[in-house]
Amino acid sequence: MCFSVRPYGRPDVTTVKAIISFYQSSIGKKWIVALTGLVLVGFVTGHMIGNLQIFLGQEPINKYATFLQGLGELLWVIRGVLFACLGLHIVTTVLLTIQNAAATPQKYAVTKSQAATIAAKTMAISGTIILAFLIFHLLHFTAQTIHPEWQGWHDAEGRHDVYSLVIVGFQNPLATGFYLLGVFLLCMHLSHGIQSFIQTLGLRSRKIADPLTTASPYLAGLLFLGYAAIPVASILGILKPLH
Amino acid sequence: MSDTLNLTLKVWRQKNAGTPGKFVEYPAKNIPTDCSFLEMLDIVNETLVQQNIEPIAFDHDCREGICGMCSLVINGVAHGPERATTTCQLHMRHFKDGDTIYVEPWRVGAFPLIKDLIVDRSSYDRIQQAGGFITARAGSAPDANSVPIPKQNADSAMDAAACIGCGACAAACPNSSAMLFVAAKVSHLALLPQGQPERTRRALKMVTTMDKEGFGNCTNYYECEAVCPAEIKSSFISMLNREYAFAAVRDGVSVI
Repeated sequence: MCFSVRPYGRPDVTTVKAIISFYQSSIGKKWIVALTGLVLVGFVTGHMIGNLQIFLGQEPINKYATFLQGLGELLWVIRGVLFACLGLHIVTTVLLTIQNAAATPQKYAVTKSQAATIAAKTMAISGTIILAFLIFHLLHFTAQTIHPEWQGWHDAEGRHDVYSLVIVGFQNPLATGFYLLGVFLLCMHLSHGIQSFIQTLGLRSRKIADPLTTASPYLAGLLFLGYAAIPVASILGILKPLH
Repeated sequence: MSDTLNLTLKVWRQKNAGTPGKFVEYPAKNIPTDCSFLEMLDIVNETLVQQNIEPIAFDHDCREGICGMCSLVINGVAHGPERATTTCQLHMRHFKDGDTIYVEPWRVGAFPLIKDLIVDRSSYDRIQQAGGFITARAGSAPDANSVPIPKQNADSAMDAAACIGCGACAAACPNSSAMLFVAAKVSHLALLPQGQPERTRRALKMVTTMDKEGFGNCTNYYECEAVCPAEIKSSFISMLNREYAFAAVRDGVSVI
Protein backbone atom coordinates (compact mmCIF):
# COMPACT_ATOMS: atom_id res chain seq x y z
CA MET A 1 0.00 0.00 0.00
CA CYS A 2 1.22 3.44 -0.64
CA PHE A 3 0.03 6.68 0.83
CA SER A 4 2.54 9.46 0.66
CA VAL A 5 4.06 11.52 -2.10
CA ARG A 6 4.87 9.37 -5.07
CA PRO A 7 7.64 10.21 -7.47
CA TYR A 8 5.33 10.50 -10.41
CA GLY A 9 2.23 12.00 -8.93
CA ARG A 10 -0.34 9.24 -8.61
CA PRO A 11 -1.11 9.53 -4.89
CA ASP A 12 -4.47 7.81 -5.18
CA VAL A 13 -3.02 4.54 -6.45
CA THR A 14 -3.16 1.69 -3.96
CA THR A 15 -1.94 -1.84 -4.50
CA VAL A 16 -5.47 -3.13 -5.03
CA LYS A 17 -6.20 -0.38 -7.53
CA ALA A 18 -2.92 -1.12 -9.28
CA ILE A 19 -3.86 -4.80 -9.64
CA ILE A 20 -7.29 -3.90 -11.01
CA SER A 21 -5.87 -1.38 -13.44
CA PHE A 22 -3.25 -3.93 -14.52
CA TYR A 23 -6.00 -6.40 -15.38
CA GLN A 24 -8.01 -3.68 -17.11
CA SER A 25 -5.09 -2.83 -19.37
CA SER A 26 -4.44 -4.51 -22.67
CA ILE A 27 -0.99 -5.76 -21.68
CA GLY A 28 -2.13 -6.86 -18.21
CA LYS A 29 -4.75 -9.15 -19.73
CA LYS A 30 -2.17 -10.57 -22.10
CA TRP A 31 0.07 -11.36 -19.13
CA ILE A 32 -2.79 -13.26 -17.51
CA VAL A 33 -3.42 -15.21 -20.72
CA ALA A 34 0.30 -15.97 -21.04
CA LEU A 35 0.82 -17.02 -17.41
CA THR A 36 -2.28 -19.23 -17.29
CA GLY A 37 -1.30 -20.61 -20.71
CA LEU A 38 2.15 -21.44 -19.35
CA VAL A 39 0.62 -23.41 -16.46
CA LEU A 40 -1.65 -25.26 -18.88
CA VAL A 41 1.24 -26.03 -21.27
CA GLY A 42 3.09 -27.41 -18.27
CA PHE A 43 0.12 -29.63 -17.47
CA VAL A 44 -0.25 -30.78 -21.07
CA THR A 45 3.44 -31.74 -21.19
CA GLY A 46 3.38 -33.56 -17.85
CA HIS A 47 0.13 -35.34 -18.72
CA MET A 48 1.65 -36.59 -21.97
CA ILE A 49 4.78 -37.92 -20.28
CA GLY A 50 2.63 -39.63 -17.63
CA ASN A 51 0.37 -41.18 -20.27
CA LEU A 52 3.26 -42.56 -22.30
CA GLN A 53 3.98 -44.95 -19.40
CA ILE A 54 1.23 -47.06 -20.93
CA PHE A 55 3.88 -48.36 -23.34
CA LEU A 56 5.82 -49.74 -20.34
CA GLY A 57 2.91 -52.11 -19.62
CA GLN A 58 0.01 -52.48 -17.23
CA GLU A 59 1.99 -52.39 -13.97
CA PRO A 60 3.68 -48.93 -14.26
CA ILE A 61 0.65 -47.03 -15.57
CA ASN A 62 -1.75 -48.51 -13.00
CA LYS A 63 0.75 -47.77 -10.25
CA TYR A 64 1.07 -44.19 -11.53
CA ALA A 65 -2.73 -43.77 -11.65
CA THR A 66 -3.10 -45.16 -8.13
CA PHE A 67 -0.41 -42.74 -6.95
CA LEU A 68 -2.26 -39.77 -8.49
CA GLN A 69 -5.58 -40.88 -6.99
CA GLY A 70 -3.83 -41.35 -3.63
CA LEU A 71 -2.87 -37.67 -3.49
CA GLY A 72 -6.26 -37.01 -1.91
CA GLU A 73 -6.80 -33.34 -1.05
CA LEU A 74 -3.63 -32.36 -2.90
CA LEU A 75 -5.14 -33.76 -6.10
CA TRP A 76 -8.09 -31.43 -5.67
CA VAL A 77 -5.79 -28.48 -5.03
CA ILE A 78 -3.96 -29.25 -8.28
CA ARG A 79 -7.27 -29.65 -10.12
CA GLY A 80 -8.51 -26.39 -8.60
CA VAL A 81 -5.43 -24.49 -9.76
CA LEU A 82 -5.70 -25.97 -13.26
CA PHE A 83 -9.40 -25.14 -13.53
CA ALA A 84 -8.79 -21.62 -12.22
CA CYS A 85 -6.08 -21.13 -14.86
CA LEU A 86 -8.34 -22.53 -17.56
CA GLY A 87 -11.21 -20.29 -16.46
CA LEU A 88 -9.05 -17.15 -16.34
CA HIS A 89 -7.48 -18.04 -19.68
CA ILE A 90 -10.89 -18.37 -21.33
CA VAL A 91 -12.57 -15.35 -19.68
CA THR A 92 -9.61 -13.10 -20.45
CA THR A 93 -9.27 -14.18 -24.09
CA VAL A 94 -13.02 -13.67 -24.58
CA LEU A 95 -12.69 -10.12 -23.18
CA LEU A 96 -9.69 -9.43 -25.44
CA THR A 97 -11.52 -10.80 -28.48
CA ILE A 98 -14.57 -8.61 -27.82
CA GLN A 99 -12.34 -5.54 -27.50
CA ASN A 100 -10.46 -6.44 -30.67
CA ALA A 101 -13.67 -6.76 -32.66
CA ALA A 102 -14.80 -3.37 -31.36
CA ALA A 103 -11.46 -1.77 -32.30
CA THR A 104 -11.98 -2.59 -35.98
CA PRO A 105 -15.48 -1.38 -36.89
CA GLN A 106 -14.89 -1.51 -40.64
CA LYS A 107 -13.09 -4.37 -42.35
CA TYR A 108 -10.92 -4.10 -45.44
CA ALA A 109 -12.36 -5.18 -48.77
CA VAL A 110 -9.03 -6.81 -49.60
CA THR A 111 -6.62 -8.22 -47.04
CA LYS A 112 -3.39 -9.95 -47.82
CA SER A 113 -1.84 -11.56 -44.80
CA GLN A 114 1.91 -10.99 -44.54
CA ALA A 115 2.95 -12.85 -41.42
CA ALA A 116 0.12 -14.36 -39.39
CA THR A 117 0.03 -18.17 -39.30
CA ILE A 118 -3.14 -20.25 -39.63
CA ALA A 119 -2.68 -21.27 -36.00
CA ALA A 120 -2.59 -17.60 -34.92
CA LYS A 121 -5.69 -16.73 -36.91
CA THR A 122 -7.74 -19.63 -35.56
CA MET A 123 -6.91 -19.38 -31.84
CA ALA A 124 -10.52 -18.63 -30.84
CA ILE A 125 -11.99 -21.46 -32.93
CA SER A 126 -9.37 -24.01 -31.93
CA GLY A 127 -9.75 -22.94 -28.29
CA THR A 128 -13.52 -23.44 -28.36
CA ILE A 129 -13.28 -26.92 -29.90
CA ILE A 130 -10.54 -27.84 -27.43
CA LEU A 131 -12.88 -26.86 -24.57
CA ALA A 132 -15.62 -29.12 -25.99
CA PHE A 133 -13.05 -31.90 -26.37
CA LEU A 134 -11.82 -31.37 -22.81
CA ILE A 135 -15.34 -31.80 -21.41
CA PHE A 136 -15.80 -35.02 -23.42
CA HIS A 137 -12.34 -36.24 -22.39
CA LEU A 138 -13.04 -35.68 -18.68
CA LEU A 139 -16.39 -37.51 -18.93
CA HIS A 140 -14.72 -40.27 -20.93
CA PHE A 141 -11.62 -41.08 -18.87
CA THR A 142 -11.67 -39.06 -15.63
CA ALA A 143 -15.28 -39.21 -14.42
CA GLN A 144 -16.00 -42.27 -16.64
CA THR A 145 -19.65 -41.19 -16.88
CA ILE A 146 -19.82 -42.55 -20.41
CA HIS A 147 -18.65 -46.02 -19.32
CA PRO A 148 -19.58 -46.46 -15.62
CA GLU A 149 -18.65 -50.19 -15.82
CA TRP A 150 -14.95 -49.21 -16.12
CA GLN A 151 -14.90 -48.25 -12.47
CA GLY A 152 -15.20 -51.92 -11.51
CA TRP A 153 -12.10 -52.98 -13.50
CA HIS A 154 -9.11 -53.94 -11.38
CA ASP A 155 -5.78 -55.57 -12.06
CA ALA A 156 -4.21 -58.51 -10.19
CA GLU A 157 -2.90 -56.15 -7.46
CA GLY A 158 -6.42 -54.79 -6.92
CA ARG A 159 -5.53 -51.44 -8.50
CA HIS A 160 -7.94 -49.66 -10.84
CA ASP A 161 -7.10 -51.06 -14.30
CA VAL A 162 -6.45 -47.78 -16.10
CA TYR A 163 -4.25 -49.61 -18.61
CA SER A 164 -7.13 -51.67 -20.01
CA LEU A 165 -9.81 -49.00 -19.90
CA VAL A 166 -7.66 -46.54 -21.86
CA ILE A 167 -6.99 -49.12 -24.60
CA VAL A 168 -10.65 -50.24 -24.70
CA GLY A 169 -11.72 -46.58 -24.75
CA PHE A 170 -9.52 -45.94 -27.78
CA GLN A 171 -10.75 -49.01 -29.65
CA ASN A 172 -13.92 -47.01 -30.38
CA PRO A 173 -13.14 -45.25 -33.69
CA LEU A 174 -15.49 -42.32 -32.95
CA ALA A 175 -13.89 -41.61 -29.56
CA THR A 176 -10.42 -41.97 -31.08
CA GLY A 177 -11.33 -39.70 -34.00
CA PHE A 178 -12.56 -36.96 -31.69
CA TYR A 179 -9.51 -37.46 -29.47
CA LEU A 180 -7.12 -37.09 -32.39
CA LEU A 181 -8.97 -34.00 -33.62
CA GLY A 182 -8.93 -32.46 -30.13
CA VAL A 183 -5.24 -33.17 -29.62
CA PHE A 184 -4.38 -31.91 -33.11
CA LEU A 185 -6.20 -28.61 -32.48
CA LEU A 186 -4.62 -28.37 -29.04
CA CYS A 187 -1.16 -28.70 -30.57
CA MET A 188 -2.01 -26.20 -33.30
CA HIS A 189 -3.21 -23.83 -30.57
CA LEU A 190 0.11 -24.37 -28.78
CA SER A 191 2.23 -23.86 -31.89
CA HIS A 192 1.11 -20.22 -31.65
CA GLY A 193 0.78 -20.28 -27.88
CA ILE A 194 4.31 -21.41 -27.01
CA GLN A 195 6.08 -18.60 -28.87
CA SER A 196 3.29 -16.24 -27.86
CA PHE A 197 3.76 -16.52 -24.10
CA ILE A 198 7.49 -15.90 -24.49
CA GLN A 199 6.67 -12.73 -26.46
CA THR A 200 4.04 -11.59 -23.96
CA LEU A 201 6.15 -12.24 -20.88
CA GLY A 202 8.78 -9.96 -22.38
CA LEU A 203 11.38 -12.66 -23.04
CA ARG A 204 11.54 -12.53 -26.84
CA SER A 205 14.61 -10.63 -27.91
CA ARG A 206 15.66 -10.08 -31.49
CA LYS A 207 18.26 -12.84 -31.14
CA ILE A 208 15.78 -15.56 -30.21
CA ALA A 209 12.82 -14.28 -32.26
CA ASP A 210 13.50 -16.36 -35.35
CA PRO A 211 14.62 -19.63 -33.70
CA LEU A 212 11.60 -19.38 -31.42
CA THR A 213 9.14 -18.92 -34.26
CA THR A 214 10.71 -21.91 -36.00
CA ALA A 215 10.87 -24.13 -32.92
CA SER A 216 7.35 -23.49 -31.66
CA PRO A 217 5.52 -25.66 -34.25
CA TYR A 218 8.09 -28.46 -33.79
CA LEU A 219 7.54 -28.50 -30.02
CA ALA A 220 3.79 -28.61 -30.63
CA GLY A 221 4.31 -31.39 -33.19
CA LEU A 222 6.28 -33.39 -30.63
CA LEU A 223 3.38 -33.08 -28.17
CA PHE A 224 0.99 -34.23 -30.89
CA LEU A 225 3.07 -37.34 -31.64
CA GLY A 226 3.21 -38.17 -27.94
CA TYR A 227 -0.54 -37.83 -27.54
CA ALA A 228 -1.49 -39.52 -30.81
CA ALA A 229 0.73 -42.56 -30.14
CA ILE A 230 -1.60 -44.11 -27.54
CA PRO A 231 -4.91 -44.06 -29.48
CA VAL A 232 -3.17 -45.11 -32.70
CA ALA A 233 -1.40 -48.00 -30.96
CA SER A 234 -4.69 -49.03 -29.34
CA ILE A 235 -6.73 -49.02 -32.51
CA LEU A 236 -4.02 -50.86 -34.46
CA GLY A 237 -3.88 -53.55 -31.77
CA ILE A 238 -0.27 -52.80 -30.72
CA LEU A 239 -1.59 -52.17 -27.21
CA LYS A 240 -4.01 -54.88 -26.02
CA PRO A 241 -6.42 -54.65 -23.08
CA LEU A 242 -5.87 -57.22 -20.32
CA HIS A 243 -9.36 -57.02 -18.90
CA MET B 1 11.16 7.35 -72.31
CA SER B 2 10.27 4.90 -69.64
CA ASP B 3 7.59 2.27 -69.97
CA THR B 4 4.05 3.17 -69.18
CA LEU B 5 1.23 1.22 -67.57
CA ASN B 6 -2.52 1.21 -67.91
CA LEU B 7 -4.18 0.30 -64.67
CA THR B 8 -7.63 0.10 -63.12
CA LEU B 9 -7.96 1.68 -59.69
CA LYS B 10 -10.69 0.83 -57.24
CA VAL B 11 -10.49 3.71 -54.80
CA TRP B 12 -12.41 4.14 -51.56
CA ARG B 13 -14.41 7.37 -51.81
CA GLN B 14 -16.14 8.74 -48.75
CA LYS B 15 -17.30 12.34 -48.35
CA ASN B 16 -16.87 12.40 -44.58
CA ALA B 17 -17.07 10.20 -41.50
CA GLY B 18 -20.86 10.51 -41.36
CA THR B 19 -21.52 9.45 -44.97
CA PRO B 20 -21.13 5.83 -46.05
CA GLY B 21 -18.29 5.29 -48.51
CA LYS B 22 -17.88 3.05 -51.52
CA PHE B 23 -15.32 1.90 -54.05
CA VAL B 24 -15.22 3.89 -57.29
CA GLU B 25 -13.40 2.61 -60.35
CA TYR B 26 -11.00 4.93 -62.18
CA PRO B 27 -8.75 4.14 -65.12
CA ALA B 28 -5.11 5.17 -64.67
CA LYS B 29 -3.73 5.53 -68.17
CA ASN B 30 -0.17 6.03 -69.40
CA ILE B 31 1.39 5.88 -65.96
CA PRO B 32 5.22 5.99 -66.22
CA THR B 33 6.87 3.15 -64.30
CA ASP B 34 9.23 5.72 -62.76
CA CYS B 35 6.28 7.30 -60.91
CA SER B 36 5.74 6.77 -57.22
CA PHE B 37 2.32 5.54 -56.16
CA LEU B 38 1.40 9.04 -55.00
CA GLU B 39 2.54 10.58 -58.27
CA MET B 40 0.31 8.07 -60.04
CA LEU B 41 -2.59 9.33 -57.91
CA ASP B 42 -1.59 12.91 -58.82
CA ILE B 43 -1.87 12.01 -62.50
CA VAL B 44 -5.27 10.39 -61.94
CA ASN B 45 -6.40 13.45 -59.98
CA GLU B 46 -5.33 15.73 -62.86
CA THR B 47 -7.64 13.87 -65.20
CA LEU B 48 -10.43 13.89 -62.60
CA VAL B 49 -10.12 17.67 -62.20
CA GLN B 50 -10.29 18.08 -65.98
CA GLN B 51 -13.51 16.09 -65.96
CA ASN B 52 -14.88 18.22 -63.12
CA ILE B 53 -14.80 15.29 -60.71
CA GLU B 54 -13.69 15.88 -57.12
CA PRO B 55 -10.05 14.65 -56.87
CA ILE B 56 -9.18 11.72 -54.58
CA ALA B 57 -8.12 12.99 -51.16
CA PHE B 58 -5.00 11.32 -49.74
CA ASP B 59 -2.38 12.22 -47.15
CA HIS B 60 1.19 13.08 -48.09
CA ASP B 61 3.93 15.46 -47.10
CA CYS B 62 7.66 14.90 -47.57
CA ARG B 63 7.41 12.20 -50.25
CA GLU B 64 10.86 11.08 -49.13
CA GLY B 65 9.74 8.23 -46.89
CA ILE B 66 10.57 9.92 -43.60
CA CYS B 67 7.63 12.04 -42.46
CA GLY B 68 5.08 9.27 -41.85
CA MET B 69 2.26 11.18 -43.49
CA CYS B 70 1.40 8.92 -46.42
CA SER B 71 -0.74 5.90 -45.79
CA LEU B 72 -2.99 3.72 -48.04
CA VAL B 73 -3.71 0.03 -47.97
CA ILE B 74 -2.81 -1.13 -51.48
CA ASN B 75 -4.27 -4.48 -52.55
CA GLY B 76 -4.69 -5.47 -48.91
CA VAL B 77 -1.22 -4.48 -47.72
CA ALA B 78 -0.45 -1.32 -45.75
CA HIS B 79 2.02 0.81 -47.77
CA GLY B 80 1.76 -1.67 -50.63
CA PRO B 81 3.64 -4.78 -51.71
CA GLU B 82 7.26 -3.66 -51.15
CA ARG B 83 8.79 -4.35 -47.73
CA ALA B 84 10.23 -1.49 -45.65
CA THR B 85 8.79 1.07 -48.06
CA THR B 86 6.33 3.89 -47.53
CA THR B 87 3.61 4.47 -50.12
CA CYS B 88 5.43 7.57 -51.40
CA GLN B 89 8.55 5.49 -52.06
CA LEU B 90 6.62 2.68 -53.74
CA HIS B 91 7.26 2.87 -57.45
CA MET B 92 4.89 1.86 -60.19
CA ARG B 93 7.46 -0.50 -61.72
CA HIS B 94 6.32 -2.99 -59.05
CA PHE B 95 2.96 -3.23 -60.84
CA LYS B 96 2.09 -4.86 -64.13
CA ASP B 97 0.22 -3.42 -67.08
CA GLY B 98 -3.50 -4.16 -66.74
CA ASP B 99 -3.41 -4.62 -62.95
CA THR B 100 -6.44 -3.76 -60.87
CA ILE B 101 -5.39 -2.01 -57.68
CA TYR B 102 -7.59 -1.63 -54.62
CA VAL B 103 -6.77 1.49 -52.62
CA GLU B 104 -8.25 1.76 -49.12
CA PRO B 105 -7.68 4.04 -46.14
CA TRP B 106 -6.29 2.78 -42.79
CA ARG B 107 -9.33 1.03 -41.30
CA VAL B 108 -8.81 1.42 -37.58
CA GLY B 109 -11.51 2.52 -35.15
CA ALA B 110 -9.08 4.85 -33.40
CA PHE B 111 -8.20 6.51 -36.75
CA PRO B 112 -11.57 8.03 -37.72
CA LEU B 113 -11.94 8.71 -41.41
CA ILE B 114 -11.85 12.34 -42.52
CA LYS B 115 -12.30 12.03 -46.26
CA ASP B 116 -11.65 9.39 -48.94
CA LEU B 117 -8.24 7.95 -48.03
CA ILE B 118 -7.41 10.40 -45.23
CA VAL B 119 -7.79 9.34 -41.63
CA ASP B 120 -7.26 11.24 -38.39
CA ARG B 121 -4.16 9.83 -36.71
CA SER B 122 -4.13 12.28 -33.79
CA SER B 123 -4.68 9.34 -31.43
CA TYR B 124 -0.99 8.52 -32.02
CA ASP B 125 -0.12 12.12 -31.11
CA ARG B 126 -2.06 11.79 -27.85
CA ILE B 127 -0.23 8.56 -26.99
CA GLN B 128 3.07 10.32 -27.69
CA GLN B 129 2.05 13.32 -25.57
CA ALA B 130 1.15 11.02 -22.68
CA GLY B 131 4.76 9.98 -22.13
CA GLY B 132 6.94 9.91 -25.23
CA PHE B 133 9.30 12.63 -24.01
CA ILE B 134 12.12 13.26 -21.55
CA THR B 135 12.77 16.09 -19.17
CA ALA B 136 15.87 17.89 -20.35
CA ARG B 137 17.52 20.88 -18.72
CA ALA B 138 17.32 24.09 -20.63
CA GLY B 139 20.43 26.07 -21.41
CA SER B 140 23.50 25.44 -23.49
CA ALA B 141 23.96 22.10 -25.22
CA PRO B 142 25.77 19.52 -23.06
CA ASP B 143 29.08 18.07 -24.17
CA ALA B 144 28.72 15.32 -26.69
CA ASN B 145 29.15 11.86 -25.14
CA SER B 146 29.13 13.27 -21.60
CA VAL B 147 26.67 10.51 -20.70
CA PRO B 148 28.16 7.07 -21.44
CA ILE B 149 25.76 4.76 -23.28
CA PRO B 150 26.59 1.15 -24.20
CA LYS B 151 26.93 0.87 -27.97
CA GLN B 152 24.35 -1.93 -28.15
CA ASN B 153 21.77 0.18 -26.28
CA ALA B 154 22.44 3.17 -28.49
CA ASP B 155 21.95 0.99 -31.59
CA SER B 156 18.74 -0.59 -30.30
CA ALA B 157 17.38 2.79 -29.21
CA MET B 158 18.12 4.11 -32.68
CA ASP B 159 16.33 1.14 -34.27
CA ALA B 160 13.25 1.92 -32.18
CA ALA B 161 13.54 5.65 -32.81
CA ALA B 162 13.27 4.99 -36.55
CA CYS B 163 9.46 4.79 -36.11
CA ILE B 164 7.83 7.53 -38.18
CA GLY B 165 4.39 7.11 -36.58
CA CYS B 166 2.60 6.46 -39.87
CA GLY B 167 0.05 4.08 -38.35
CA ALA B 168 0.69 1.16 -40.72
CA CYS B 169 1.16 -1.16 -37.72
CA ALA B 170 -2.35 -0.54 -36.44
CA ALA B 171 -3.72 -0.56 -39.99
CA ALA B 172 -2.20 -3.96 -40.77
CA CYS B 173 -3.18 -5.47 -37.43
CA PRO B 174 -6.35 -7.60 -37.60
CA ASN B 175 -7.03 -6.31 -34.06
CA SER B 176 -6.20 -2.66 -34.85
CA SER B 177 -3.55 -2.75 -32.15
CA ALA B 178 -1.06 0.11 -31.86
CA MET B 179 1.44 -1.98 -29.90
CA LEU B 180 4.33 -1.71 -32.38
CA PHE B 181 4.12 2.10 -32.34
CA VAL B 182 3.88 2.29 -28.55
CA ALA B 183 6.62 -0.34 -28.21
CA ALA B 184 8.95 1.69 -30.42
CA LYS B 185 8.34 4.90 -28.48
CA VAL B 186 8.60 3.32 -25.02
CA SER B 187 11.67 1.19 -25.88
CA HIS B 188 13.52 4.03 -27.56
CA LEU B 189 13.56 6.09 -24.37
CA ALA B 190 13.73 3.18 -21.91
CA LEU B 191 17.01 2.07 -23.49
CA LEU B 192 18.74 5.41 -22.89
CA PRO B 193 19.92 6.97 -19.63
CA GLN B 194 18.11 10.20 -20.52
CA GLY B 195 14.81 8.31 -20.48
CA GLN B 196 15.13 6.83 -17.00
CA PRO B 197 13.44 9.51 -14.78
CA GLU B 198 10.08 9.01 -16.52
CA ARG B 199 10.50 5.32 -17.31
CA THR B 200 7.72 3.97 -15.06
CA ARG B 201 5.27 6.76 -15.73
CA ARG B 202 5.94 6.63 -19.47
CA ALA B 203 5.10 2.92 -19.86
CA LEU B 204 1.96 3.22 -17.74
CA LYS B 205 0.63 6.40 -19.30
CA MET B 206 1.34 5.53 -22.91
CA VAL B 207 -0.31 2.11 -22.59
CA THR B 208 -3.27 3.58 -20.69
CA THR B 209 -3.72 6.20 -23.41
CA MET B 210 -3.41 3.55 -26.11
CA ASP B 211 -6.23 1.57 -24.47
CA LYS B 212 -8.35 4.69 -23.93
CA GLU B 213 -8.05 5.65 -27.60
CA GLY B 214 -9.73 2.37 -28.49
CA PHE B 215 -6.89 0.44 -30.12
CA GLY B 216 -7.16 -3.35 -29.94
CA ASN B 217 -4.96 -5.86 -28.14
CA CYS B 218 -1.89 -7.50 -29.60
CA THR B 219 -2.31 -11.22 -30.28
CA ASN B 220 1.15 -11.70 -31.78
CA TYR B 221 0.21 -11.98 -35.44
CA TYR B 222 3.34 -9.94 -36.35
CA GLU B 223 1.55 -8.39 -39.33
CA CYS B 224 2.75 -4.98 -38.06
CA GLU B 225 6.41 -5.94 -38.30
CA ALA B 226 5.89 -7.16 -41.88
CA VAL B 227 4.48 -3.85 -43.14
CA CYS B 228 6.46 -1.38 -41.02
CA PRO B 229 8.30 0.98 -43.39
CA ALA B 230 10.86 1.70 -40.64
CA GLU B 231 11.41 -2.03 -39.97
CA ILE B 232 10.60 -1.80 -36.27
CA LYS B 233 11.00 -5.32 -34.89
CA SER B 234 8.22 -7.08 -32.99
CA SER B 235 10.76 -7.92 -30.28
CA PHE B 236 10.23 -4.31 -29.14
CA ILE B 237 6.63 -5.33 -28.35
CA SER B 238 8.07 -8.00 -26.10
CA MET B 239 10.16 -5.31 -24.46
CA LEU B 240 7.06 -3.14 -23.99
CA ASN B 241 5.21 -6.08 -22.39
CA ARG B 242 8.09 -6.36 -19.91
CA GLU B 243 8.37 -2.59 -19.38
CA TYR B 244 4.67 -2.28 -18.67
CA ALA B 245 4.54 -5.20 -16.23
CA PHE B 246 7.58 -3.96 -14.30
CA ALA B 247 6.16 -0.43 -14.27
CA ALA B 248 2.84 -1.74 -12.93
CA VAL B 249 4.66 -3.65 -10.18
CA ARG B 250 6.79 -0.62 -9.27
CA ASP B 251 3.64 1.49 -9.26
CA GLY B 252 1.67 -1.01 -7.18
CA VAL B 253 4.21 -1.82 -4.50
CA SER B 254 6.11 1.45 -4.25
CA VAL B 255 6.35 2.63 -0.65
CA ILE B 256 7.59 6.14 -1.26
